[in-house]
This record gives sequence, C-alpha cells and structure tokens, in this order.
Amino acid sequence: MKGIRGNEQPAGWLFVAPAVLILGLFMLLPILMALWVSLTRWNGQGSPFTGDVPFAGLDNYTRLFTDEGLTRQDFMTSIRNNAYYVFFVVPIQTVLALGLALIVNNRLLKGKGFFRTAFYFPSVTSSVAISVVFLFMFANGGAINAILSVFGIQGPQWFSDPRGLLHLLFEKLGVSPFLTDSGVFGLSWWDWLSGPSVAMCAIISLVVWTTSGTFMVMFLAALQNVPVQLEEAGMIDGANRWQRLRHIILPQLRPTLFLVITLGLIGTWQVFDQIYVMSQGNPAKTTLTPAFLSYRTAFRDFDYGSGAAISFVLFLIIVVLTLIQRRVTRERD
Amino acid sequence: MIRTLTSRFLGYAILIFFALVFLYPFVIQIANSFKSEADAADNPLSPIPSPIETDSLVRIFEGTGFPTWLGNSVLVSVVVTLGRVAFASMAGYALSRLRFRGRTFLFGGLLAMMAVPPVVLLIPKFLVLNQLGMYNSYAGLIVPLLVDATGVFVMKQFFDSVPVSVEEAARIDGAGSFRMFWSVVLPMARPALITLTILMFTGSWNEFPHTLVSVQDPGLFTLPRGLADLVSGSLGAGTQYPLKLGAALLATIPVAVIFVIFQRYFVRDAAAGADKG
Repeated sequence: MKGIRGNEQPAGWLFVAPAVLILGLFMLLPILMALWVSLTRWNGQGSPFTGDVPFAGLDNYTRLFTDEGLTRQDFMTSIRNNAYYVFFVVPIQTVLALGLALIVNNRLLKGKGFFRTAFYFPSVTSSVAISVVFLFMFANGGAINAILSVFGIQGPQWFSDPRGLLHLLFEKLGVSPFLTDSGVFGLSWWDWLSGPSVAMCAIISLVVWTTSGTFMVMFLAALQNVPVQLEEAGMIDGANRWQRLRHIILPQLRPTLFLVITLGLIGTWQVFDQIYVMSQGNPAKTTLTPAFLSYRTAFRDFDYGSGAAISFVLFLIIVVLTLIQRRVTRERD
Repeated sequence: MIRTLTSRFLGYAILIFFALVFLYPFVIQIANSFKSEADAADNPLSPIPSPIETDSLVRIFEGTGFPTWLGNSVLVSVVVTLGRVAFASMAGYALSRLRFRGRTFLFGGLLAMMAVPPVVLLIPKFLVLNQLGMYNSYAGLIVPLLVDATGVFVMKQFFDSVPVSVEEAARIDGAGSFRMFWSVVLPMARPALITLTILMFTGSWNEFPHTLVSVQDPGLFTLPRGLADLVSGSLGAGTQYPLKLGAALLATIPVAVIFVIFQRYFVRDAAAGADKG
C-alpha cells in the first residue's frame, strides 16, 4: 500500500467527506428520523424526539391496511389510482418511445437530428412549468377540446370529471354497476374496477408526452449498436420487415427495453409534481396518489406519523417492483 | 421502388405529426402569453395573438413575486450546481482511484442511496431541517441539495474509464493527492464536468418538491414553487392564463437555451443510461 502511492488514507477520506456528510445528514439520518416518526402521533408541534410525543407502535401502518376507516380508504384509493396510472403510462410511453426511435433511426430518412431534438425537448423542461401549459390545454374551453370538436366530439370537463374509464366503458356496454356490496381493503370491487378517471387521463397524457423523448433517446443509442450486417443477413434470408423487427432487432434491444420498463415503473410510482400543480388529488380523490397523499396527510392534516408510514409503504412498493422485474428478466435469459 | 417511396412518405408523415404533438404545446404557450385573457379563452389553439398584448408579461414583473423567485432560483441553482460538481468529482475520484479503508462500503452505500426514490424523502427532509433549525431559510433550501448521489456515481464511472498512466507520471514527479487532483485529473475530466454541470443546473433549476418542504416564506420561493403558488390561486380573480403561461415560459427559457447550445451532452447522458442496461 505504501511505496510510490504513499498513504492515501487521509486524502481518500478528505475527498469523500463533503459527500458523506451531506448524504448522511440529509438522506440517511432523515430516513431514520422518519422511521421513528412513523411510529408516533406527532402533530408538528415541538420536536418529535421528546418523551411528550405519543408513541403509536405500528398503528399508523395497521390503519393503512387492516383498520376500517377513512385513512385506509384514502390510502387504498391512492394505490388504485396510481396502479391504473402505471398500467397506462408505462406501456404507452415504452411503445411510443420504441416506435419513434425505430422511425427516426431509419436510414432513408433525413433530419434525424431535428426530430430527436423535438421529441426530447419536453423532458428537460420543468415539470411545474409544463403542468401549467397542460392545465391550460385541458381547460374546459381549451385547446384539447377545440381539437376534439373538429372531429365532432364534445370533450369532457377534464379536471372536474371523476368518472373512471372502465366505468364509462361498462356504461356504454349497458352493464350496470356490479359487486358494489363486497370488496377488499375498504373499497368495493366495483370501485377497484373504475379505471383511471377522466382527470387522471389528462395527467397520464402529460407524463407520456414528457417522458417518451428520454426513452426514445435510449432506444436510439441502443439501435445504433445493432450491427447493420445482422439486419442485412435477415433481408437476404427473405425475412420481411416485421420478422426482422421481431426476431433480429428486438432481441438486441432487450437490455434497453428492460431498463426503460424498470425506470418507467420506478418513476410512475413517484408521480407528485404534476398532481400537486394540476389536481391536488381531485376530483373526488381520483388523482390522489400515495406520494401526494403522504404529503397531504403530513403537511395539511398535520398527521406526520401517518404520512411517514405511507412514505415507507411507497418506498417498499418501489423496491419490491424493481426486484420482481429484475428476477423475471433474469429467469427468461 | 414504389414501396420505398411510400414507406419514406409514411415515415415523414408520422415524424411530422409527432413533432407537432411534441412542439405545438410550446407554440400555444408562447402565443397565449401575448394574448388578452378573452382572446386566450376564445382561441386557445391559435398560434397568433390578436391583438398582441404584453399586459400579462408586465404584470408578471409588477404584480407577482416573480422577480424575487427568479433571483432565488439563480442563487440556488448556481450554488447547488457548483457544490454538486465539486463534491461529486472529489468523491468520484476518491472512490475510483484512492485506496482507503471503507471505500467498498461507501460505494455500496452510494448505490443504495441512488435507489431511494426522492418523493419518499419529503417528510424525512422536513424533519431534519426542522430539527436543525434550518427550515424556512436559504440554508435549508440549498445545503441538502449540495450533493447528488447520482452525480458522484457518474464521476466515479468516468474516472474508472480513464487510464491511470497520466497520473502515474505525475506521481513519479512527486505530486500529492490534492495537487494531482487539481492540476492533472480535473483538466482531464473536462467533458464529464461539462455534462455534469449542465445536468445539475437543469436539475436544480427545475427542482420543486424540495422547496415545498424546506421553505414557506414567499420571499424564499424559487420559480417552480412560485409558479405552483400562482396556479393554486394566489392571483385572485379569473383564470389569468396568459399571465401563468408567460411566467411558466420565462421559467423555461434558461433551460431551453442551455438545451439548444449543449444538446449533444444531454443526448450523450441519456445514451449512457442505455448502456448501463
């Protein structure tokens, strides 16, 4: 260890000191503090680390899952909303990003740079600023409804419409509400089957619009690493375009596809900024997500223990999803 | 031949359609910032304001906290960017090159921290700022953001990819760790430093959730926080969309300019993400 390199021990620690100090103080320590607070009924008054704060044990957690009441109902509603949101956003943005990348990558087309820039730009702008723009576009007499009316469709009042997409579909098919008496976790089966609300659809479209560009750039980079000879060999063997895509290009893109889907899953469970700016969980709690609910519970209802508990459950969901997905792809390899 | 032509035509048609989808919202935003409120309500889709009005833009500066928020945003972003770049390159260098006890452990910790989703840190961050008496201050707004785990990781990866030969030559000349870092390593790391600077600046310029849990005094708001406040109704009567869109537009301009100038660095970063998979 000595010799020409000298003793690097002090220098090493000196160099990492600022990073260790700040990450420790504003990431590790806060997580431990929040873990404690999630076991209390702290209401924001004074310090949560004194004997005066009532200890709640696991109450804040059991209230989310087993105790009947508004807390559980709100939490389960937020899980439902976020699950539908994930279910729509992840596949749509992945397919859109892949499709755009395949077209932009086409050797016969010019202007690759321009289109790549155009598709990528939305993802570098501020989520708050862009939410303001979409709020205007989805306003009652706004741009989206103006476009819809060109096709003879009367657009909904996006941000005040709590009707679920699946419920609307059932209504169209003439199916009357069913399974409204039984259910799990404080919501009836019928409520679980609502689909994303019309308001949520506006937020879904905003998020797909902002993130597709980033993922498209990832696919583009991966596509450029696919050897041209591979595709040409496929052409010589008489494979048509679809077969070449299915059997030659897509297998090459698998690692990227995995990355895009995982990043999508992790990101979509964290949706917060757009909800805060555009809907605050309204209408009728149909855009409430766990991230926003945890914020609201702590900072508006001053129930910090419950808010922190929701954060940790969300934390767990994200970690578990990542692990499951990793395992699934590993097994298929 | 005809098939090639049709597919080329189809390709362009799809690309142009999506270029419109991705860019027209910005056209709408710019146009409506210069419209009167009535015009914006009646013709939200039109790219041409008639008449052109700058009332809203004037009111952004005279009737809202925008100038304060702008100043705060510049201050916070500059300090945070400098801190992140400096601390990330120091830590990244140490984790990649220097031999010290605990290095492997620290790197493992770093990977774990990168996996922590930022939104679950809202309440935790508030708790620690509150406990340290930093809530509602510039310190609370800035200090927690000074180190970014991903930035450290990016710099470590970069140093891993650079051959050590140059440093070894300097070491034979008897340079100490700090002098070597400053005069040999950093100049060599320029491309990585530029990329990191751009990413960290845009990241801190757009940062919103942290401002929610670190400050509540409007005098300490940054632009995203101020904008969110405008939207949630601090304006009083009417929707006042031209004003809101104008303020959002002004907040977007710095990032847009940086994006256009340094585009290749953004693309490179996203592409690097693809390689990780």
